[in-house]
Amino acid sequence: MEQFNEILNTFFFILLPYLSIFTFFLVSIYRYKKEKFGYSSLSSQFLENKQHFWGLVPFHYGIILILTAHLFWFLFPGTVLVWNNVPLRLYIMEISALLFGLLTIIGLINIFIRRFSDKKVKTVTSPFDWITLIILTTQVVSGLYVAFFFRYGSSWFATSMTPYLLSVLKFSPDLSYINAMPFMVKFHIVNAFTIVLLFPFTRLVHALVLPLPYIIRKFQIVRWNWDRKKTRNAENKSV
Amino acid sequence: MDIRSQISMVFHLDKCIGCHTCSIACKNIWTDRKGTEYMWWNNVETKPGTGFPTRWEDQEKYKGGWEENKGKLRLKSTDKLKSFTNIFHNPNMPSMDDYYEPWTYDYKALFNPKGSDDQPTAKPISMVSGEYIDIKAGPNWDDDLSGSSVYAKNDINLENLTDEQRDQMFAIERLVMFYFPRICNHCLNPACVASCPSGAMYKRGEDGIVLIDQKRCRAWRSCVSACPYKKTYFNWKSGKSEKCILCFPRVETGQAPACFHSCVGRIRYLGVLLYDAEKIEETASLPEDQIVQAQRDMILDPFDKNVIAEAKKNGIADSTIEAAQNSPVYDFVKKWGIALPPHVEYRTLPMLFYVPPLLPVMSAQDGKQVKNVNEDFFPDFDKARLPIKYLANMFSGGDEKFVRYALEKQSAIRAYRRAVTVGDIDIKDAERALIKADSSKEEAEAIYQAVSLSTFNERFVIPASHREQAIEMYEDPLKHKQETGFGFNEEPKRGL
Ligand code: HEM
Ligand code: SF4
Repeated sequence: MEQFNEILNTFFFILLPYLSIFTFFLVSIYRYKKEKFGYSSLSSQFLENKQHFWGLVPFHYGIILILTAHLFWFLFPGTVLVWNNVPLRLYIMEISALLFGLLTIIGLINIFIRRFSDKKVKTVTSPFDWITLIILTTQVVSGLYVAFFFRYGSSWFATSMTPYLLSVLKFSPDLSYINAMPFMVKFHIVNAFTIVLLFPFTRLVHALVLPLPYIIRKFQIVRWNWDRKKTRNAENKSV
Repeated sequence: MDIRSQISMVFHLDKCIGCHTCSIACKNIWTDRKGTEYMWWNNVETKPGTGFPTRWEDQEKYKGGWEENKGKLRLKSTDKLKSFTNIFHNPNMPSMDDYYEPWTYDYKALFNPKGSDDQPTAKPISMVSGEYIDIKAGPNWDDDLSGSSVYAKNDINLENLTDEQRDQMFAIERLVMFYFPRICNHCLNPACVASCPSGAMYKRGEDGIVLIDQKRCRAWRSCVSACPYKKTYFNWKSGKSEKCILCFPRVETGQAPACFHSCVGRIRYLGVLLYDAEKIEETASLPEDQIVQAQRDMILDPFDKNVIAEAKKNGIADSTIEAAQNSPVYDFVKKWGIALPPHVEYRTLPMLFYVPPLLPVMSAQDGKQVKNVNEDFFPDFDKARLPIKYLANMFSGGDEKFVRYALEKQSAIRAYRRAVTVGDIDIKDAERALIKADSSKEEAEAIYQAVSLSTFNERFVIPASHREQAIEMYEDPLKHKQETGFGFNEEPKRGL
C-alpha cells in the first residue's frame, strides 16, 4: 500500500509536473512558430451576442483575479503569512478568493449553457473546447471546495505549495510538503498540472498572446515592403 | 512633407445599374469559403435604405470611426484601456443577426418526396448549423425597396431632413432611389488598423491597401466594431477577421480588382494618388464640414516639380509617379471636384470617392423634362425629389456646397453635350451654363470622355508594384533556386 502510494506520488507530483511544464513550453513555442494561424481566442461572439456577455465576462474576470491571487501567494509567501496572521484579514483574503471563484463558476455555467443551447455556437465547438471547459470547471469546483471547507488555503499555499513548487523548479522535488495535504487539495494540484499539460494544445494559448504592446503603440501601422530611401529609379543608380 | 502613394477609387453612381455583378465576381474569388458565406466585401445597397449590415451608418449603435475631442482624435468604440476591458465581450460588435444567416436548400427533398397532394419543396438549411431555418434576411434583402417603411424609412441619412422633404421622398409615384456599391475604402486614417490590439492590421506602404495579417489576428474583434463602414468581417470558422484586399494579387500583376474588372455599368475607376502623410492627423481632426476640402488638399499635384522630387526622395518609383499623372481618380477628385468621399464625419479619410447621382435629382421636376430655357437652365436642386441634404449627409459631412457643385457641373455638361449632339439646346446657353458651373468646354469634353467613352486602360491605371524589390528585402531569391517556393506555407486551419 505504502509502495503504491509512493508510486502514485512520484507519478503525480514529480513526473506530471515536469511533463506538464516541458510540454507547455515546447508545444506553445512550437505552435507559435509553426502553426501561428491557430493562435486565436476563436471568439464565438459573432454567432451569439447576448448570453455571451454573461458567460465570458464573469468567467474571465474571475479566473484572471484568482490566478493573480495564486501568483501573489507563490511570489510573496512571507507577506501572505504576515497578512493572514490576523484572523479578520485571513477571512478577507479567503472570502475574496471564494468570491472570485464563484464569479468564475457562474461564468463557466453560462458558457456551458450557451454552448449547449445555441445551435450556431454548437457548430464551432470542438472536442477540445469541451475538454478545456470540463477541466477548468473541475479545477474551479475543487478550488471552491478547498476554499469552503479548509479556510486556510492562502496560508497553506504560502507554507507548503510555494516551497514545493520551488523545489520542483530547482529540479529536486520535495514531496514532504504535499504528503500531509487533504485529498481535495492534492486533487486540485494534480488537475492544475493537467491543465498546464493540455494548455498548449487548446485555445487557451490565447492567454499567452495578450496584446500588451498595444498600450504604447502608435495607432497607425504602415508596413513597407521595401526600404523607402533605397528604391531604384531609372536615374537613381545608387543602389 | 512625407509623400506616399495610394491606390484610390472613384465610383460614378449615376452609372450603376444595380446588377450586383461586382459582388458576385468578388464572392466567387474570395468569399465562398466556410465561414465567409455571409460576407460581401463588395456589396451594392439601395439608397435610401438600411444597408448591410442593417443600419451600419448608425454610429450611436456601432460606435464606428473616430471622434474628435478638443482637437484630439480617439476611437469611438474604444480607447487603449477600454480595448482590454472590452476584449472578453465587445459591446458594440454586430452579430450574425445584423447581417444574415447564410443558407442553402435541402434539394434532396425534391428527388425523393413522400406521396402528397402538394409539390415537394426544398427547405432552407443554415450554412452555419446545418439545421432547417426560417430565413429572416439575406443578401440584398432590401434591394430596390425604396419607399419601404421597414428599410428606406430607417435610413440614418434622413436625419436633419424636414418632414416635408421626407414626405416628398416617400410619396408614392415619386419614390426615389439609387444604388450605392461599397467596398473597403482603404482609408488614410483607418480606424480598424488603429483599433487592432494585436497589430495584425496594417496599411501597405507602397500602395495604401489595408490588410489583415491572418497569422497575427487573434480574434479580439475590435476592427469589426471600429470600422464605421463595417467592411471588416469576422470569419466565424477560422476565428480571424477578413476584409476586402482590393484584389492585391491582381493589382500586383497589373490587373484591375475583380469588382472593377467585371463592372457592367463601367462605373469604376482606379488610380494612384500622391498625398502628404504628415497631414493625416490634422485633417482628420478638423470640424466635420472642413474635412472634404482638407482631404482634397492633402492630395498632391503629380505634375508639380517639387512634388515629384519629394516623391522620389521618399522612394516612390518613377512608374508610380507616372501612374499618378495618368490617374483618373486625380481628375475626378481634385481637378474636376465632382467625386466625394462617403461619410467624412467618421474621420477615417476614405480613399474611395463617389460621383453623386444626378438622375433622381433632375427628375424632381414633376416628371417633366428639364427645361432648356435660359433662366431655368439648372434644375432646381432645392426642389429635388432626393433632397440635396440627403446626399450631403452621405458625401460631405452635411455641407451641401460640395454636392451642389458636383451636381451642377454634371448637369451643365449634360446640357452641353446635348447641345453638341442633339442640337436642341443653344450651344451659347450651354457654354454659359458651363461657366456658371465652374467648368469649361475643354473640361466638359474631358469629363464626357472619362465618363462615357473611356477604355479599360484609361479607367484602371495600375502602377507596377515592384514586388521584386519587396522580395529582396526579406529573401535572396537565388537562394531558393530549384526549391518548391517560399512564403506562407501553413495551411489556414482553424486552431484547436
Ligand atoms: C490574459 C487575458 C485573457 C484574455 C484577453 C482573454 C480573452 C478571451 C477571448 C477574447 C475569448 C473569446 C471569447 C468569445 O467567444 O468571444 C476567450 C475565450 C476563452 N478564454 Fe480567455 N482570455 C484571457 C485569459 C484566459 C485565461 C487565463 C483562461 C483560463 C485559464 C481563459 C480561458 C478561456 C476559455 C476557456 C475561453 C472559451 C470560452 C468559451 O468556451 O466560449 N482565458 N478569452
Ligand atoms: S457591377 Fe457595376 S453597375 Fe453592376 S451593381 Fe456593381 S457597381 Fe453597379
